Amino acid sequence: MRLNEHPVLRFEHGREITIYFEGRPIRAYEGETIATALHAAGIRVLNYSPNEKRPRGLFCAIGKCSSCLMVVNGIPNVRTCITLVEDGMRIERQHGRAKLPREAKPPEFRDAKVVTADIVIIGGGPAGLMAAIHAADAGARVVLLDENHMLGGQLVKQTHKFFGKREQFAGVRGVEIARILEEELKKRENIEIFLETSAVGIFQEGDEKLVLAVRKNRELLEFRGRAIVVATGAMEKMIPFENNDLPGIYGAGAIQTLMNTYGVKPGDRVLIVGAGNVGLILAYQLIQAGVEVKAIVEAMPKVGGYFVHAAKVRRLGVPILTRHTILRAEGKEKVERAVVAQLDENWQVTPGTEKTFEVDVIALAVGLRPSIELLHQVGCQIKYVRELGGHVAVRDEWMETTVRGIFIAGDSAGIEEATTAMLEGKIAGIAAALRLGIANESWVKGLETAQRDLDEFRSGPFGRHIADGIRKILAEVRA
Amino acid sequence: MSKIPAYLQRGYITPEELFSIIPKPSEERLRKRPVAVPECPQEIPCAPCREICPTGAISMPTPNDLPVVDYEKCIGCSLCVQICPGLAFFMVHYVGDKARITMPHELLPVPERGEEVVLLNKVGEPVGMGKVITVVPREKSKGDTPIIVVEVPIELAWDVRAVKVVRE
Repeated sequence: MRLNEHPVLRFEHGREITIYFEGRPIRAYEGETIATALHAAGIRVLNYSPNEKRPRGLFCAIGKCSSCLMVVNGIPNVRTCITLVEDGMRIERQHGRAKLPREAKPPEFRDAKVVTADIVIIGGGPAGLMAAIHAADAGARVVLLDENHMLGGQLVKQTHKFFGKREQFAGVRGVEIARILEEELKKRENIEIFLETSAVGIFQEGDEKLVLAVRKNRELLEFRGRAIVVATGAMEKMIPFENNDLPGIYGAGAIQTLMNTYGVKPGDRVLIVGAGNVGLILAYQLIQAGVEVKAIVEAMPKVGGYFVHAAKVRRLGVPILTRHTILRAEGKEKVERAVVAQLDENWQVTPGTEKTFEVDVIALAVGLRPSIELLHQVGCQIKYVRELGGHVAVRDEWMETTVRGIFIAGDSAGIEEATTAMLEGKIAGIAAALRLGIANESWVKGLETAQRDLDEFRSGPFGRHIADGIRKILAEVRA
Repeated sequence: MSKIPAYLQRGYITPEELFSIIPKPSEERLRKRPVAVPECPQEIPCAPCREICPTGAISMPTPNDLPVVDYEKCIGCSLCVQICPGLAFFMVHYVGDKARITMPHELLPVPERGEEVVLLNKVGEPVGMGKVITVVPREKSKGDTPIIVVEVPIELAWDVRAVKVVRE
């Protein structure tokens, strides 16, 4: 299941080690996650649901859902999708709600290590990286944390070349942009980076803001700053259909992570649900990895993503079935088939149009929703805005939320593109430094340039609905 | 609801649909030397083709406008085919009773010069065999995308948009 050759990517493995899955030795490579190593060994069922004891497998692969929880070295509820393998690790399937080991004494926050900075940035994707770079250049001391073991967020699995203008990395592959931004970050001495570190809460203490976090599942950390940029990204949406929890049903991003970040094939034959850009791009990437794509089904009467992405996969023989939906997945412990059907003008299934595809993977590319949990918890005003992908925090033109000193950027501020996430990150980073009185007036110009670039990017037919959504948010903040 | 263009329902565009949106290069121009043809009918925020074109042949007032090539200014250098993030630029050149199509090829294996390959139309159906005339490997491509020039029967000039390499 491991990829040796790829037209775009080169995979470099770390040292070979052994992990034990329910007592059985499995070959793994340092630097990969537990879920990746298990997938490479053909293990799909990671745990069983609490009530009906249904098998569950990987779904999001970026630490956002709970479908990969396993018992690792006796500790339950470990997110195996973002936890790295270690030599000799013992991994067991989790059966429902697991008990914590009795003798374990959890650490307490009063003993946590304290890290101070001017600005704390949560999330090391395109938005967070750009926020950090610009805040640092404006003179701020920055701390950036991310729950993954590498920087770049979802850029690290984007093998396609970016759209936009050349100054915004157009024509450059996402994986390459991640590398460039990481290098830029590491050049700056006033940025401190914490990886494998999950923010679990934001609190206010006088003029200071606290971000409480857990590093490597065991160490508690407390980050203190006067401003925070939340760039926590988004999470894959699920849709209702029969057996939608079977192992082998993944969010599109999870397949990209397995395949493009770690070089592990998700399976052999795939059905993709959703013909937006993510579904179309995923189909192309699967073909590049030598995986067969049986079809893309799309409930809308047309391709939702860019036409050029559709044309790319059509000419390689992938059918796009518009006005079709998935009815059910079939299979015992994992996906063996997918049944789809046509929809009529009223979005109802047309009887007699069922088609069965023999597939071992179903990829859901049905949209994302912003990750706003931390913003919600700290008391930012939240509003449902359909155009932005769901519930989002109310914010102004400087990306500042209704809690002064808390800024947002990227998909957590509304579902869009990596290009716009980078521009929003730039705005948030500069704005935070301006708000703290660290950056001088001359930085306002840079902020305004980014705002103009955003307006330009959103001015076409594909950006208009985003612009509408943002207008609703700004109306809220002015009211 | 406004009418949905057929190419958005199917995922591919016919030559008739394409040339109702942009002009078709003249037969004379197609015979002279390779000419770039963008199969990019939507207003998406993207401009690398315009930015890389050495002769300013691609007009696009804003990044959201359609790329329109001035076929007389186009020198057939293929940089737009190499850079296009959507892999939507092609070059066409009529030579005798054949057409030479320049296209991106981001799949393995990359064909070799002189190799016979299966020609695929816009829906991936094999429509014949063609010979690879030129290969620009990824390392030499401006946009990190290998491009190839394939010779096809002239009547397939506007159908063939991909190839399949079949080796024993």
